[in-house]
Amino acid sequence: MSTTATQAFAGAGAANDNRTAEERVEGAMGAFARSFGATVAWNMESCIHCGMCADACHFYIATGDAKYTPIWKAEMFKRAFRRESGAFAPFFKVLGLKKKVTLKDLEEWQELLFDSCNMCGRCSLICPMGLEVAELIEIGRRGMYEAGLAPKELADRAALQAETGVPEEVEKPYAELLKEIGEKHGVDVVLDKAKADIMVCAPRNDLNRNPSSVAAMVKVLNKLGADYTFRSDAIVAENYGYYAGSNGLQKKIAKRVVDQAKKIGASLVLVPECGHAYYSLRWQAAELMGETLPFKVRHVTEYLAEQVEAGKLKLNKVDGLPTAFHDPCQIVRKGGVTEAPRTLMSELGVNLKEMFNHEGFSFCCAGGGGMNDIERTRPLRLKAQEVKLHEVDDTGAKRFLTSCSDCRVAFDDAGEHFNWDKKTESLVELVADNIKE
Amino acid sequence: MSILEFSRGPMLHFALLVFVFGVLWRLVAVLMLGFRKRYSEERNSNDKALMVGGATCGLRSWPHKEFIGRTAFGEAVGYGYHIGLFTIVLLGGPHVIFWQNLFGFSAPWWPTLPGGLITVVSVLTVILMLIATIRRYMHRPLRQISNFDDYFTLAILYAIMISGLWAVLGGPGRYEYILAAHIISFNLLLIWFPFGKLMHAFYIFPARFVNGYLHAKKGAAT
Repeated sequence: MSTTATQAFAGAGAANDNRTAEERVEGAMGAFARSFGATVAWNMESCIHCGMCADACHFYIATGDAKYTPIWKAEMFKRAFRRESGAFAPFFKVLGLKKKVTLKDLEEWQELLFDSCNMCGRCSLICPMGLEVAELIEIGRRGMYEAGLAPKELADRAALQAETGVPEEVEKPYAELLKEIGEKHGVDVVLDKAKADIMVCAPRNDLNRNPSSVAAMVKVLNKLGADYTFRSDAIVAENYGYYAGSNGLQKKIAKRVVDQAKKIGASLVLVPECGHAYYSLRWQAAELMGETLPFKVRHVTEYLAEQVEAGKLKLNKVDGLPTAFHDPCQIVRKGGVTEAPRTLMSELGVNLKEMFNHEGFSFCCAGGGGMNDIERTRPLRLKAQEVKLHEVDDTGAKRFLTSCSDCRVAFDDAGEHFNWDKKTESLVELVADNIKE
Repeated sequence: MSILEFSRGPMLHFALLVFVFGVLWRLVAVLMLGFRKRYSEERNSNDKALMVGGATCGLRSWPHKEFIGRTAFGEAVGYGYHIGLFTIVLLGGPHVIFWQNLFGFSAPWWPTLPGGLITVVSVLTVILMLIATIRRYMHRPLRQISNFDDYFTLAILYAIMISGLWAVLGGPGRYEYILAAHIISFNLLLIWFPFGKLMHAFYIFPARFVNGYLHAKKGAAT
């Protein structure tokens, strides 16, 4: 494994990290152990080393490099579990069957846990034992964060977002951006209403790069007459704590959204076209808070599909252009929102050409899990994306849709690199452009 | 006490003790970690999740069509030698007698296959095991993730299979010693069982069930 990758990581708070190597490893293992329950231990114990998970991973498929075998990415933590806390830990320790994990080991594993995994969960579907490999990676990231070995790009954003609610240095507050988007696109943006039934969030990527998608969501909500508001204190729902592997920061970031929703008495938090925002808020926020949330969490495509099914949202039919749809992993495979985008596309009369790997089996965009934010991952990301772009082309599609802004960023970058003849479009924008008056 | 008497007497009893208590401890040690209470609003009911979990126990044996092109060979070899081993252990005449003696019951209804057929199955099983071993070394991800557990487990299985075939086919050496070698290797398997990957025999269905159950609660793919 290259040392260049190791040097590229500054680590979370590494500059102030006065701990010894031993203490940092202990920190990692402590965080790892705290995430343990019977189901995770089952995952640790059950692996039969069949290597099949490699055949689900786009990074292995694209490169043929065995180090990208998903379960190998969790190897250090599997080893530590068997040696330190498994049922026969003393046996493995005394006989030296499992070597002690060192800081150097963890440093070598940074690349595998952060630079070559989107936590997309495809490997969990191929495992003949039924192991949740992606969960092991996620827990491994938590350990790495506690050892001060999370990538600086993610750790810094997570810290900033936990502190300010905004995961980047901005010239203008997001609330200002929202107002400008409203003015530019001629839609009324409801901001900071004291009480509302729906609290809406926006994706950071779309605020900056695809403002028309934000405007589209607002347009549909206005058309539906929804009682909604954005909240200045929690405009984005994405969670860099999830990417970086910090349980503490993830909880703090999620709490900001949860508190705002509670404050305005919302019965629904509407997550925009952002995969990780959806997964972290829909399936992890309540677990982190240790309480049932007093509101529902829905992805915008789910909400719109419900409106279509209730007859409240009627759409015009679009052209018959052959269209492929990318199922974002965090929303579809891991999040369970499989039917909603197809309900919308059906209502729109989209001539859908499914890829061979679609719905829960879709290949990831390769930008998720924070990889879009780590520049040095780009060469590997592009290799995996090439596989996906070919799969889209194989459908004969002329239009390419998705429902995640992070995926769009990844595909836009890959499209530019490969001179791809398609642009990745937002499903919600297509809906907004075709509302039946 | 002859080596044969030792292998099927005290050593077998010791091996069985290690096996039973080792397996129980390894299962209990996992269960003692407890199941976390979940707070997220579920997409599907508990009943549906239980059904999906149950179905996943069986369905995961057959690869999804999206993966079969890449995994068919490995799965065929893997399941192939497992089926062979089960056939030999559960339907081979001497083994059926061994189980009945060990557990102290008579089961005239227990079917057995002709010895010749069991020998053919045994040879095929060893061939499949050889392919699996070569593949473990040649297939890059497999080689990367393989460790002592994988090779030691395979070594014990080879010892059992080869000594068994040797005894049946009348290879050189005293039958008593060959049979003792066969039983000693089986005892080693029992002793190693709780410590290594052989535990997957007990983990496979709970692990599949939990995966299917938790995914179904989210409405996620299984």
